[in-house]
Amino acid sequence: MRATGLTKQVDTGRARLTILEDVSLEIVTGEAVAILGASGSGKTTLLGLLAGLDTPTTGQVHVNGVELSALDEDGRAALRRRLVGFVFQSFQLLPALTALENVMLPMELAGNAGARESATALLSRTGLAERLDHYPRQLSGGEQQRVALARAFTGPPRVLFADEPTGNLDAATGEEIINLMFDLNREHRTTLLLVTHDESLAARCDRRLKLAAGRLVHG
Amino acid sequence: MAESQSHASEVSWLRGLALSARLLARDWRAGEMRVLAVGLLIAVASLTTVAFFADRVRQALSSEASQLLGADLVVVSDRPIDDSLRKAATDLSLATADAVRFPSMTVAGERTVLTEIKAVGPGYPLKGRMTIRTSNDAQPKTPKAIPESGTVWVDDRLLARLQVNVGDTVSVGERGFRVAATLVEEPESSVGFLNLGPRLTLNLADLQSTGLVQVGSRVGYRLAVAGNPDRVLAFRSIATGRIGPGQRVEDVRDARPEIRSALERAEKFLGLSALLSVILAAVAVALAARRYLRRHLDGCAVMRCLGASQGLILRLHVQQFLILGLAAGALGCAAGFAGQAVLSALLTPIVGVALPLPGMRPLLQGFVAGLVLLLGFAIPPIVALRRVPTLRVLRRDLGLPDRAGWLGYAVGIVALSGLLLWEAQDAKVGWYVLGGAWGTVLMLSLISFGALRLLVRAGRNAGFAWRFGFANLHRRPLSTVAQVVALGVGIMALVLLTLVRGDLLTSWKRTLPAEAPNRFLINVQPDQVGELKAFFVAKGLAEPVVFPMVRGRLVGINGSPVASADYADERTKRLIDREFNLSWAEQPQTDNRIVAGRWWKRDERGVPVFSVEEGIAQTLGIKLDDRLTYEIAGSRLEGKVTSLRKVEWDSFRVNFFVVSPPGVLEPFPVSYVTSFHLPVDRAPLMDQLVKRFPNFVVIDVAALLEQIQRMMDQVVKAVEFVFLFGLIAGLVVLFAALSATHDERMFDAAILRTLGATSRQVLATQAAEFAVIGALAGLLASLGASVLGYVLAIKVLNVPYAIDPVVWLVGLFGGIAGVLAAGLLGTRRVLSTPPMRIFREAG
Repeated sequence: MRATGLTKQVDTGRARLTILEDVSLEIVTGEAVAILGASGSGKTTLLGLLAGLDTPTTGQVHVNGVELSALDEDGRAALRRRLVGFVFQSFQLLPALTALENVMLPMELAGNAGARESATALLSRTGLAERLDHYPRQLSGGEQQRVALARAFTGPPRVLFADEPTGNLDAATGEEIINLMFDLNREHRTTLLLVTHDESLAARCDRRLKLAAGRLVHG
Repeated sequence: MAESQSHASEVSWLRGLALSARLLARDWRAGEMRVLAVGLLIAVASLTTVAFFADRVRQALSSEASQLLGADLVVVSDRPIDDSLRKAATDLSLATADAVRFPSMTVAGERTVLTEIKAVGPGYPLKGRMTIRTSNDAQPKTPKAIPESGTVWVDDRLLARLQVNVGDTVSVGERGFRVAATLVEEPESSVGFLNLGPRLTLNLADLQSTGLVQVGSRVGYRLAVAGNPDRVLAFRSIATGRIGPGQRVEDVRDARPEIRSALERAEKFLGLSALLSVILAAVAVALAARRYLRRHLDGCAVMRCLGASQGLILRLHVQQFLILGLAAGALGCAAGFAGQAVLSALLTPIVGVALPLPGMRPLLQGFVAGLVLLLGFAIPPIVALRRVPTLRVLRRDLGLPDRAGWLGYAVGIVALSGLLLWEAQDAKVGWYVLGGAWGTVLMLSLISFGALRLLVRAGRNAGFAWRFGFANLHRRPLSTVAQVVALGVGIMALVLLTLVRGDLLTSWKRTLPAEAPNRFLINVQPDQVGELKAFFVAKGLAEPVVFPMVRGRLVGINGSPVASADYADERTKRLIDREFNLSWAEQPQTDNRIVAGRWWKRDERGVPVFSVEEGIAQTLGIKLDDRLTYEIAGSRLEGKVTSLRKVEWDSFRVNFFVVSPPGVLEPFPVSYVTSFHLPVDRAPLMDQLVKRFPNFVVIDVAALLEQIQRMMDQVVKAVEFVFLFGLIAGLVVLFAALSATHDERMFDAAILRTLGATSRQVLATQAAEFAVIGALAGLLASLGASVLGYVLAIKVLNVPYAIDPVVWLVGLFGGIAGVLAAGLLGTRRVLSTPPMRIFREAG
């Protein structure tokens, strides 16, 4: 994955606000990279751009050799379907679906057969074999993030994007989730891009990038 | 990359459909679809129930009305009716019966009486009741056949005036007949002034022997036809094509303006209640779809994030909704069919006739309505849903551009408008409802927006609960206005369907009260008026109001001579050929309304001007300020038309096509006419009256009146049932309107709890908010219901309507109490649930 000269500006009515300025970086396959920074430093914006969830004002992102801004919205969606997994701070599980169905969804959207079996296996791997039929509201925060991890590893993805995955969890649960995430990452040889403001968490990654006021400070 | 290749293709058509079904099942199980589905189900169920039942009632009403005509259709001719027409009817498997009617003298000893003779053939009457009494004290019974050859049936009036009894002999023309029975009830007992005399029925086979029917005789030949409605319709078009001058085809509507008027009102009432259900259902569906959209914003963003294309998301959701629409449509139609069956079973004893089976058109109506509502109000938000910014998974504050929502509603509004016009059947009613509905929504939106601003300003210095409540309302002004309007529409429907409906139906029934005149008395001579009044007073009855009547023929309009040959229309020709009944009056009658020009002043006495009934003016092409020339008893009278009147003909009161001020018609020969209500137990009084004043002609319309009143009662029952569905739909709207903001409210309350608010404080802020919404919605509902009720009464149903203050009280306090109770009930869980759980549920 390669980003060159990424800049993101937004109009706030009167002025243009620069959130991210001229960020370039390169991540090799299998590498685990942490993006650190204070609130408002542009971490989440950078993640959104790298994952193709948003488009930069200027600059380019290449994932697996494909330039994201050359694709249209549906093209980027197809790329995500094939290559990318996500874990969010707020879990983003669909409230109307059970744990099992949440994990099945990406496979169903891709039209894959055997979604139920794969999803069951993944949930068992994340320790939720007994909670397949529970709705998100019936699960604890840690359990919800386990479901989200299981969902992220359907595929399995080439790149996993994690946005403050422990931000909504207490320290002990957060630790468990992080261990699980790194284990899965190793098992599937996935590239990891982790956004966090937690130095100790970042220390577990191969490399750390620091953002301040929209600019890359180390990298 | 072999693995990723397999991921590259999105789901196939069939798999997509299966996935949609699964997603639907999951959403359904999670309770996401229920309001939408229930709204839709009720919409389709009420629509089809209304349509099915209206269809049956309409058929039953026309069959009830057919009883009055004695057939479904009658061909009337001034010469014997061609056999080919009779054959055409028989070929269509329709029943036929012949009758010949003419006026002639009936003789018994020294006495002769001008009688309305009817010679009837086998099978008469095809429809309707005929009862006779074979002796003075026998019970009325239905005869098995027509009078036997050599016998006649006569009515009481003829017996009285000829002073004969059952068993005696009377002569008609050259032949003597034995009176076998008295006629108690028979179809075709007309109210018109053309059929004045007492009645005598004889066997058609005996007609020739009377020697009365010869070339040039004034005789009406009637071929009655009855049977399958479609075939009757087919016969109608055949007959209409074959008839010549002096012939016409009559069905219930042509024959009886008073029945037509009642039928048209009944159809309007039923149609209106169906339309109300449609509007309410639309509001419920729109609200539910909006809520669905809001709750699925995240889901769609996640699906995009997981790699679903915009097209796939749209496809999955549209399919999901189509499946829902078809399922709700099918269930709704089934429920509608069951509903009308239950209803018919309940009403059959009251209706008195078995309702005919409904047609299948209502099924189509139900399905189309359900899909139009769903596609109109649910699909546009879904189209918007596919454009959810994927970044929403990271930033929850990213939503949809507002424009998408408004555009969505525009599509829904157009779809609903089309549906309403299609369902209305009657274009005028459709446009009124449409204009009323959208005008109301617009008006309610503007007023509630203004009221909200004022309230927020006023609430700045209020206590915590009010301030917080107002701030909440103000935080999302558009959503609050939408909620107030939706609640307002719901309450308005409830008020309209309960209070205003009652007022409207009462007004309608009041046009024909139980004491409506059931006797007409004509041919009262000027010197008998005083005696007549004295007779009534002496017998303990109210003094009758008598109207002067002068008979004249219209011979000129604006100086040009008028002849029946100038008009193509048969009815117009007849109107020109016969004499008009003219009258004079100082004040217009209470059931008359001036629609053009002005009524005369007191000092215009003796000025030759006319007030003409609107309908006849239209038929004859008479306009305001035209000069009419009448020939009255050999002299001519010319006058200007200074006003046009609308007359309630079904009031059964005496009314005149043409009226002039006092002092114009007095020099001409005048007789008087009156109508009055005679209680059933005073019926013998009429014999005394006729004995005392042998020249009086009494026309008994009691049986006809009773038939019409019975029909009216049935209609009222049917309409009330149909309104019940609107009522349920109104409640669903209220529920949907409250659930629309339920999630946000729970979230707000959880925040308050987190910040340490007591249960009381949380309750108070919510109560303040609900009370304001309820009061606003209630007031707007009362305003809307009053205005709509007024418009419906005056413009559509032609009944008087007074604005009812109870409507306002019930609207205001009902609105506050209802919204408060339902709202607090919905959010009470917040008090016993830890805030964290609510936050988690809210995502």
